[in-house]
Amino acid sequence: MRLFASDLTCVRGGREVFAGLGFAVAQGEALVVTGRNGAGKSSLLRMIAGHVRVASGRLDIEGGDPDLTAAEQSHYLGHLDALKPSLSVSENLQFWVRYLGGGGIPQETALRVVGLDGLSDLPAAYLSAGQRRRLSLARLLAVKRPIWLLDEPTSALDAAGQARLAELMQGHLRTGGLIVAATHGPLGLEAAKELRLGEPNTQ
Amino acid sequence: MSALTALLVRDMRLAVRVGGGAFMGVLFFLMVVVMVPFAVGPEPALLQRIAPAILWLGALLASLLTLDRLLVSDQEDGSLDLIVMGRVPLELAVAVKALAHWLTTGLPLVMAAPVLGMMLNLNLRASIAVALTLLAGTPALTLIGLVGAALSVTLRRGGLLLAVLVLPLTIPILIFGVAASNDAVSGAMFGTTFTILCGLSLANVVIGPAAAALALRHAE
Repeated sequence: MRLFASDLTCVRGGREVFAGLGFAVAQGEALVVTGRNGAGKSSLLRMIAGHVRVASGRLDIEGGDPDLTAAEQSHYLGHLDALKPSLSVSENLQFWVRYLGGGGIPQETALRVVGLDGLSDLPAAYLSAGQRRRLSLARLLAVKRPIWLLDEPTSALDAAGQARLAELMQGHLRTGGLIVAATHGPLGLEAAKELRLGEPNTQ
Repeated sequence: MSALTALLVRDMRLAVRVGGGAFMGVLFFLMVVVMVPFAVGPEPALLQRIAPAILWLGALLASLLTLDRLLVSDQEDGSLDLIVMGRVPLELAVAVKALAHWLTTGLPLVMAAPVLGMMLNLNLRASIAVALTLLAGTPALTLIGLVGAALSVTLRRGGLLLAVLVLPLTIPILIFGVAASNDAVSGAMFGTTFTILCGLSLANVVIGPAAAALALRHAE
């Protein structure tokens, strides 16, 4: 499976955010998207996730399930955690597992891996920002998707959480996954390709 | 199928928990009906004549009151992004959300209507008849509201715009709802007006989810 783009242009609110962008990410590879604020990192991820229209150019996947779009094969971890404060930790995770289709590791294991075991009956309203992020990460583990789109995944995570995230990402790449991550800081992915936005880009 | 069941259960659970507002609509309905005699005077004959209209207006406003939470709460916390991205067809997902919304806000209005009807001097039979017209008509209100909610979902404070968008579209439902109620109260069995009301609801079952899904796909 391979995710690729050529001559991609993004227009938001009548303003061109980026143009002529090209990249290719194959199975087991990670693409780290960097650039100043407003360079279009989040817009690029939202474009792959199908939330922002492709103004011109081509964005496509090769391989994978031919019946599914790139968005349907992707996990999107944005700035918002998609959690309901009045549902408990396990209810939140269980809903997404049942709605998105599961196929990953069991829920209890996912909660243990992200360090939220013992909190499963707590309403999500009482979680800290970092714990909310960890619960979102549990969704990536409990629901199987080959493409992970991560927007600032380390935000709100403590040092141990960031190390755990790096392990999870490496594990995902080892099992044939594919990651596109927007970030300002180091992610702990040694072999990642880098895509700098807002600078002259050579394909 | 289990994905849609999960969505239905989750939305109904959210509605009945803290901050869900499932019973706000029915309380508002009660308030409107209780205040009418203070406004128009407590003459039993007059109240009986306008009762179907009052019940329908109250139910219409009450169902409008809770509409703005239908999609906005999912938009605000990012859940809507994931629902749009999911493998479940968006039309079915929004239809299920509308169903959950109707079960927690529309159905309580229908169940409260016979009691409130008797407060307006309708007899039991007429009260139940009006409740049946509400049962046939309130799904259409929810589904029209679903389209309005999808159109205004990306706007901050879109609630007022939603009301302005949705109210004119509900006029046919109101006309045939009140007409069917009046027919029923005056002793005529459910006839043409009731059939048209059911038709309007069924048409909205088809159009509403498709239009809402289209609006959501184009929202950026």
